[in-house]
Amino acid sequence: MTSALLLRRRLTNIVMLSLTGVCTALVLGVLFFILGYITYHGIAALNWDFFTKLPKPVGETGGGMANAIVGTIKLLALASLIGVPIGFFGGVYLSEYGRKNAIGFSIRYAADILNGIPSIVMGIFAYTIVVLPMGHFSSLAGGVALGIMMIPIAVRSSEEFLKLVPASLREAALALGLAEWKVVSFVVIPTAFRGIVTGIMLDLARVAGETAPLLFTAFSNRFWSRGWLEPTASLPVMIYTYAIAPYEDWHRQAWAAGMVLLMLVLGANLLSRLILHRQLRG
Amino acid sequence: MARSNTNIFSLAIFRRPGISPADRFFRASVLTVALSVFAITAIVAYELVRNSRLPIEKFGWSFLWGTTWDPVAEQFGALPFLYGTLVSSALALLIAVPVGLGVAIFLSELAPRWVSDPVAFLVELLAAIPSVIYGLVGIFVFVPWIRNVLEPALSGTLGFLPLFQGAPYGVGMLTAGIVLAMMVVPFIVSVSREILMAVPLSQREAILSLGATQWEMVRIAVLPYARSGIMGSIFLALARALGETMAVTMVIGNRPEIRLSLFEPGYTMAAVIANEFTEATSDLYVQALIEIGLVLFAVTILVNALARLLIHSVFTKVEVRE
Repeated sequence: MTSALLLRRRLTNIVMLSLTGVCTALVLGVLFFILGYITYHGIAALNWDFFTKLPKPVGETGGGMANAIVGTIKLLALASLIGVPIGFFGGVYLSEYGRKNAIGFSIRYAADILNGIPSIVMGIFAYTIVVLPMGHFSSLAGGVALGIMMIPIAVRSSEEFLKLVPASLREAALALGLAEWKVVSFVVIPTAFRGIVTGIMLDLARVAGETAPLLFTAFSNRFWSRGWLEPTASLPVMIYTYAIAPYEDWHRQAWAAGMVLLMLVLGANLLSRLILHRQLRG
Repeated sequence: MARSNTNIFSLAIFRRPGISPADRFFRASVLTVALSVFAITAIVAYELVRNSRLPIEKFGWSFLWGTTWDPVAEQFGALPFLYGTLVSSALALLIAVPVGLGVAIFLSELAPRWVSDPVAFLVELLAAIPSVIYGLVGIFVFVPWIRNVLEPALSGTLGFLPLFQGAPYGVGMLTAGIVLAMMVVPFIVSVSREILMAVPLSQREAILSLGATQWEMVRIAVLPYARSGIMGSIFLALARALGETMAVTMVIGNRPEIRLSLFEPGYTMAAVIANEFTEATSDLYVQALIEIGLVLFAVTILVNALARLLIHSVFTKVEVRE
């Protein structure tokens, strides 16, 4: 009787613990399947034209996405212009002055809310403050949407890396008679610099793949977008429009664009985590 | 050494009489930038409310339970989208929670550190893959597979349930739920794993010494201890699922109807905004879409706040006990 119970308990133990292993294999399987599938189809579809040519008119095959690649770079540059300074200085405030006070708490809370806002709602916001007053879609609007999305992560990661700088370093600098702003600018920030840059790189990688906030801000464009006030194509939006279109050749190009975007995003991710890993160890 | 949550510059010994103008300027400028984070968040909420005035005035609360979405007749009811968002997210959690917890248990209890860390990193990579890529793979791989394999199998075995009846389209609620599950599983895994690893060793040793098997230890001593934190990770995943746009838009079928069967196409709040925003011709139409955005905004804030509360409570509990 007792041994039957024991047997059942041991059996349950083995079954349940193996099931957790199966779950892990399943999740990893999904990851490798997606990566493998995109790479397989992407490599077959990728050619030089993809990087150098404009999209062909509807119905013709061939062409590339040069304008979308440049568009994505422009959007990310604009986004950094907004997200990086606000995120960085916000992080400086939180780490140097706002660790325990009410202002620090409420800014942290606001950043958390901002981080939780669905990306499509960010698109609506950029639409109401940029597209509506200007009357047309533009790179600027897309950049604003992505830039605001960058802020919360930039703030929190900058704060965390600045907090890692030991208090003794600040004390030593102050003891030498250095002014407060010099302590922060020339001692604390340089010490945390590599971490902060890495955090921002991760942040950029995250918004680089965003599609939803661009649909009705940067919109799309089948030609080059001049300046900052015209609608522009971007890789994520191109993948979306090409994937849902009924043309075989567009699907092929969607795979190519998917692979380029994935490599970009995962590459930046891997690189920055590698740097972080080194930094935390060394 | 100073405690990590004190600011050196606000310590009494450094509070010199008359702070220098340069320092005052520096403090004021970083404070201004930091406050702008707060301001931006407030402006987002304000703009959403301001730009959905028309439908709020015209439909009031009936916007939320109206079932007709007819832009031509200017009749807007968002219930089909609310339904689609809730059902697809619930379905995603139904799949992602057991699987995610399984992974978290495996990584925290069974796997040695040198396996656990890289695997956790790989799982987190799933969260880094852009939504549109899930949509791309969804359209060309998961939709045909679900239409040809999974849906016939489900209607063959569980077809007596109204949930699994109807023609297999491939696109629909079921597909959206499955794709969403893949996208939110990393959130459950990474948070739950950390929470499980924060459960004190004494908790495990006590029950092992009573002769429990390893699974019994997890079930009786570890999981209940970490319960609120795990709930937190689930809410975090839920918030993600509710607001997820591109992948869902690409596989859910986009039909604003409420159907019981999971095989039928549906529509979500985020998807209708993505699809119809640029085509909306009248002000009322655009603002109705913005109001949907407002509802989505409110719901995700609530869910996120709940998640943070729950996760936070576990870590403070751990700190107090140890």
